[in-house]
Amino acid sequence: MPIILNHSLIFLLLLFNLSVSGATVPNQTLKLLTSSSFDDKARAIEQLAQTGSETSERLLNAMAQGDLYYVKSNKRIVLTKNQDSKIQLTDAMTGEDLGLVSKRKVKKVSVNNKLRGQISTVISNFKLSHLDANIRLIAVENLMADASPEMLSQLQAMKQKESDPDVIDAIDTVTAFSQLKSTNLIQQLSAIETLDGHLNAEVLVRLKQLNLSSSNASVRLAAKKSISHIESKVSIFGHLETLFFGLSLGSILALAAIGLAITFGVMGVINMAHGELIMIGAYTTYVIQLLMPNHIAASLLVAIPAAFLVSALVGILIERSVIRFLYGRPLETLLATFGISLFLQQAVRSIFSPLNRPVVSPEWMSGSLEINALLSITYNRLYIFFFCLTIFALLYLIMTKTSLGLHVRAISQNRSMARAMGVRSQWVDVMTFGLGSGIAGVAGVALSQITNVGPNLGQAYIVDSFMVVVFGGVGNLWGTLISGLTLGVVGKFLEPATGAVLAKVLVLLFIILYIQKRPRGMFPQKGRAAGQ
Amino acid sequence: MIRKILQNHLHGRIFLCLLLILTLYVAFANLLLPSDHLLYVSTYTVTLLGKYLTYALLAIAVDLVWGYLGILSLGHGAFFALGGYVMGMYLMRQVGDRGVYGNPLLADFMVFLNWDSLPWFWLGFDQFWFAAIMIMLVPGTLAFVFGWFAFRSRVTGVYLSIMTQAMTYALMLAFFRNEMGFGGNNGLTDFKDLLGFSLQSDSMRVGLFVSSALALALGYWSCRAIVNSKLGRVSVAIRDSEDRVRFLGYQVDHFKLWVFTFSAVLAGIAGALYVPQVGIINPSEFSPINSIEIVVWVAVGGRATLLGAILGALMVNYAKTYFTGAFPEIWLFALGGLFIAVTLFAPRGVLGFFQRQDNRKSANQVGTE
Repeated sequence: MPIILNHSLIFLLLLFNLSVSGATVPNQTLKLLTSSSFDDKARAIEQLAQTGSETSERLLNAMAQGDLYYVKSNKRIVLTKNQDSKIQLTDAMTGEDLGLVSKRKVKKVSVNNKLRGQISTVISNFKLSHLDANIRLIAVENLMADASPEMLSQLQAMKQKESDPDVIDAIDTVTAFSQLKSTNLIQQLSAIETLDGHLNAEVLVRLKQLNLSSSNASVRLAAKKSISHIESKVSIFGHLETLFFGLSLGSILALAAIGLAITFGVMGVINMAHGELIMIGAYTTYVIQLLMPNHIAASLLVAIPAAFLVSALVGILIERSVIRFLYGRPLETLLATFGISLFLQQAVRSIFSPLNRPVVSPEWMSGSLEINALLSITYNRLYIFFFCLTIFALLYLIMTKTSLGLHVRAISQNRSMARAMGVRSQWVDVMTFGLGSGIAGVAGVALSQITNVGPNLGQAYIVDSFMVVVFGGVGNLWGTLISGLTLGVVGKFLEPATGAVLAKVLVLLFIILYIQKRPRGMFPQKGRAAGQ
Repeated sequence: MIRKILQNHLHGRIFLCLLLILTLYVAFANLLLPSDHLLYVSTYTVTLLGKYLTYALLAIAVDLVWGYLGILSLGHGAFFALGGYVMGMYLMRQVGDRGVYGNPLLADFMVFLNWDSLPWFWLGFDQFWFAAIMIMLVPGTLAFVFGWFAFRSRVTGVYLSIMTQAMTYALMLAFFRNEMGFGGNNGLTDFKDLLGFSLQSDSMRVGLFVSSALALALGYWSCRAIVNSKLGRVSVAIRDSEDRVRFLGYQVDHFKLWVFTFSAVLAGIAGALYVPQVGIINPSEFSPINSIEIVVWVAVGGRATLLGAILGALMVNYAKTYFTGAFPEIWLFALGGLFIAVTLFAPRGVLGFFQRQDNRKSANQVGTE
């Protein structure tokens, strides 16, 4: 009966020429697997190795792990999974679910150590010849710990056909590792030379071992040279990584501060509600995401203009209802806008709950760009860095190339003179404040991707934002960008020595002292406009 | 001018008399009357009033620098908290071996951090006289150093405000660290007694309340004295036109520095009286919003009046106690609205409504800074 079944299966497959996985394993092989003789099983493994199909790999893996059984009654080969006292069966060939059966109805395809060794060789061979270069790379890297001489010669053969540079590199490394162990001096030296400059962590360990164990002075010298070379490379990449982290933090600081650079820096309005405008931008992102849950990637792009509009409208409302009565009275403005910030925080708490809201990052924002073994850059931070630069460039163009920018600069230099020349100062105030607020909202979109979106989001950035603007020089957009990046980089370079919190405290202290020295920041305004 | 001072003196006397009557009444009503008597004041109320009085002292400290010197300090909460921490350190040392871990020398959090000896800056705090000096010295020194740097390089106006805010923010971050040795996140708490008397006893509570009232009276009196002295008049001149005073030959920096430092010391004393009454001091006292809240008390009451600052502190804090108890969600709305309403519609605060027309001119000048 089972034989008839199997025969009919093969017949069907031949008939329709179906490429169902599993069809590639000959029936004869399966029969050998159910034999009790280990020699038969060894032959079966060899045959499976020759087919090279995915099913064979699955069978061998299961066999090595002891999950491969056959049904006693019909000798059908099955994959198993323990479930309580019973066993869950899946047909090894077709993947068909055969339900739960009692343990007594099946028998394990047992293996001994010799077979296990054989299976692992076959599996690693499968992986070495896999179509996907990444799997080949992992297979080669798995051999680093120790590779048999046969394996090495096989790798050399493989290298001839290999096209992927990473895999070739890995093969060279594995070969060099085995040569390091050889007694031949020339081989050892050439191996050291091959390994020179490799950033794989294993390389450094091996070279250090050799440096300690080798009896030959020239080998030790070469190893030492290589070690110091690698270590200097490692430290360079470490610094590069810190630099990137610093630039990333700096771009976030600059992004948070750049709207303030307009409202505070150019208009002279102390807007303590700036942080809450950022928060509103972040919450807009959250709401947009709720509105279009199936298009996360698109929702983020929609959120940018939406957050700009929402924050700009809130900003304009603040300007019309409160700030315009307080122009020329900065300390009062500070107090009133602080009141607004409390108001907005509580409003968000009442509407959205005091808990943090989850904002999902789209797929293209997650993951990281791996430059080499030591240096990888997460995409979200990379995007935010460039986003910051883009926003800055746009703002810079608006301020220098448009009539709005011209009017804003005129008013910030001499309000009454600008009005005498026909600039509608109220209109310009509204537009500028809206622009600065809108950019705060856009910053909120970016921040929603890396921090928690909650009612306290704004508060966390307000002191930093003011610091960035003041440190850069009030009224100077370039100053804001550069000071944001500088503070980020300085903070990150301090961090390993001091810890994150102390680094922040030190940066704040540094700014406080710096402002004492140069009260108008890094890039003070020059000329008549600098008077007041 | 003379009439104004006289009038203010009169106000001041009325205030001091009221404070005296209130203090005596609360003290005797709490200690002598039975708890079911109509006029009895509960110990909870005594502590609450004592807390308000320390806030009032803090408010006049801010009013002195903001109202009379034109420095809007957004960092006075830091001086208050530092005074509180010094007091907290003394109280911690008084706990002795009654802590959870029973270590006679080290506070619980130090044992928890596996420290084996007392950090150097905790030495001496087992003596009250040392702590009492430090309560004034620590905030005073910080204010002196900060002011020395800031005033010398002529950082003024909004810049100075933001600097003070950064100062308190930095201190908050620093005190949140466990390694600082001030209890980190949890701060200092679980105090047992002060000068050998239990902090929980009614008489101790009344004693702290009376001390707070006394400190407030002395603080008010000394601020009044400063304001009416030549130093005060120079301060007001600096507030209204710093450059002109400088050109007249005054060392503006020195005047500002001394008044600022004195104000910080007052704030420190307020903090030191505050901590034993509430029983805890932690880094959130440094948070920038606390400092800004103090400014609002002053603004609500009316700046450059001293009495207004006291009135504002009492009113806003009573409202806060009421709202956070009855409608917790509304409190921030109310506080935010208060900020906006006061700055827009009542720049001279509550006292401004009561002040006579002829004072308006000087008050308008206040508004221009």
